Amino acid sequence: MAAVPAVLRSEWTKIRTVSSTVWTLACALIVTVAMGAALSAVLKSTFNDLGEVERATFDPTFVSFSGMVLGQLAMVVFGVLVVGTEYSSGMIRTSLAAVPQRATFLFSKVAVAGALALGVGLVTSFLSFFLGQALLGEHRTTIGADNVLRAVVGGGLYMGLIAIFSMGVAAMLRSSMLSLGILVPFFFLISQILSAVPKAKEVARYFPDQAGAKIMQVVPDAMGSDKAPYGPWGGLGIMLVWVVASLLGGYLVLKRRDA
Amino acid sequence: MIELEGLTKRYGTKTAVDHLSFQVRPGMITGFLGPNGAGKSTTMRMMLDLDNPTSGTVRIDGRHYRELDEPLKYIGALLDAKAMHGGRSAYNNLLCLAQSNRIPERRVGEVLDLVGLTAVARKKSKGFSLGMGQRLGIASALLGDPEILMFDEPVNGLDPEGIHWIRNLMKALASEGRTIFVSSHLMSEMALTADHLIVIGQGKLLADTSMADFIRQNSRSFVRLRSPQRERLLDVLHENGFVAVESGNGTLEIDGTTTEALGELAAAHQLVLHELSAQQASLEEAFMQMTAGAVEYHAHGGAGDPGAPPAAPPGPQWGARAGGPTTEEL
Repeated sequence: MAAVPAVLRSEWTKIRTVSSTVWTLACALIVTVAMGAALSAVLKSTFNDLGEVERATFDPTFVSFSGMVLGQLAMVVFGVLVVGTEYSSGMIRTSLAAVPQRATFLFSKVAVAGALALGVGLVTSFLSFFLGQALLGEHRTTIGADNVLRAVVGGGLYMGLIAIFSMGVAAMLRSSMLSLGILVPFFFLISQILSAVPKAKEVARYFPDQAGAKIMQVVPDAMGSDKAPYGPWGGLGIMLVWVVASLLGGYLVLKRRDA
Repeated sequence: MIELEGLTKRYGTKTAVDHLSFQVRPGMITGFLGPNGAGKSTTMRMMLDLDNPTSGTVRIDGRHYRELDEPLKYIGALLDAKAMHGGRSAYNNLLCLAQSNRIPERRVGEVLDLVGLTAVARKKSKGFSLGMGQRLGIASALLGDPEILMFDEPVNGLDPEGIHWIRNLMKALASEGRTIFVSSHLMSEMALTADHLIVIGQGKLLADTSMADFIRQNSRSFVRLRSPQRERLLDVLHENGFVAVESGNGTLEIDGTTTEALGELAAAHQLVLHELSAQQASLEEAFMQMTAGAVEYHAHGGAGDPGAPPAAPPGPQWGARAGGPTTEEL
């Protein structure tokens, strides 16, 4: 068997020696923090125009994470490219000739890229939180308040898991373009739209992003959002099931199909 | 030593590789020859465990590829010159491969030097020409200093200098006692490099022979004759026990004799000759005849009948034969 530490090291070299890593992760961080800051500033000045429900469930932590709707797309791109470029470049054949054990190969790659995405996700969520709170003025909360730290750490986990989920999908579809063509519209449009449609939202709340995003809410059903039948950790658990399923699917495809 | 046993690959109803069994022996260059679409690349991919065989096995020193510890130290392969990430530098592409098999980093510099890419080591590999890509692929094959090397069509698309380089490299590697398995669709290329020959057509084994035997059995020498007095010439040849085969355009081919004997015979009977030449059938022709029934894609209305029996001389359009028409047509 190929030694796992050696394969991990090799995958780290792969990730750090392509420029897409830097620009996708930088994009995820900058977009999330900037958009979160902008919306925090807007909500501060328009707080009195909010509806009664929104004001009653006002969640300053969740507001500072508003940028994740867009920023998560950069995480999707990162996750897809990490796996997808192996196929689009033809590198997959060279890689598998060097590490023929499919599980060692795929899970080492996911471990390295996932750890990096989680790290960047955590930095992003902490930056978003502190910058957002600074801009919310009198409506702000603090990191020491009940459940706030859970939500901020959860925001980092959410971004990391979105990236790992995308890696599994790209391993199943074996194509960057196809994976992006499905995942980007799904997270950016379909999931958002369905979660606003009666009936459909009862299904949409089990989508990985909708379920996982619950971890970022401090106030239950924050900002008048969907009343989900699960709590923050339950939501993250649902997302985790999606992630495990996509990785398992990716592994089975890699194992069964010709490279 | 690589052993293939009943290796078969089917795509739906199409059989790409059909119960292939042969051995690749150590310390020599084994040529793997077949027309386009014969299943050479599929076979090589199955040998590296990239494609799953429908049935049959491949063993490398008795083990399945997936059971190898750090396989780059056993087998180095060049399958596809573009099987690298174009956004990564040549050096880094090799570095991540080296690290995965615990090959020391200094080896990356060594192989880049060996293939002559040191000057562009830090350049992104997507800017590489076909020849440079081929060299990078060979560098990756040599990375683990393996005993077995596999090259799939290594000279494809290379300029003469590159072809010459690869040829010499393979010979040098074989002389160090390594096992070289190289595929090609060009017999002439194999004749120059290979010690042993495995020929396949439509996924089936057609020949497994030493190069020397193949040459001995397949290089037919004959004399070509052309005369305006064709009928009389045929009579004279027949009377003297020569068997002449007509090969079109009024030329005759006679096996097992010399130009001297036939020239003197013609002079003795005062026959005018427009052509008298010694001919050698090329190995390319022998290969084409062997695989004639197994060629995947025929060009229509092209050169002769590819299904012709081996005894018949092949059509002249291939131009691979030594010599050629020297006098005007009759």
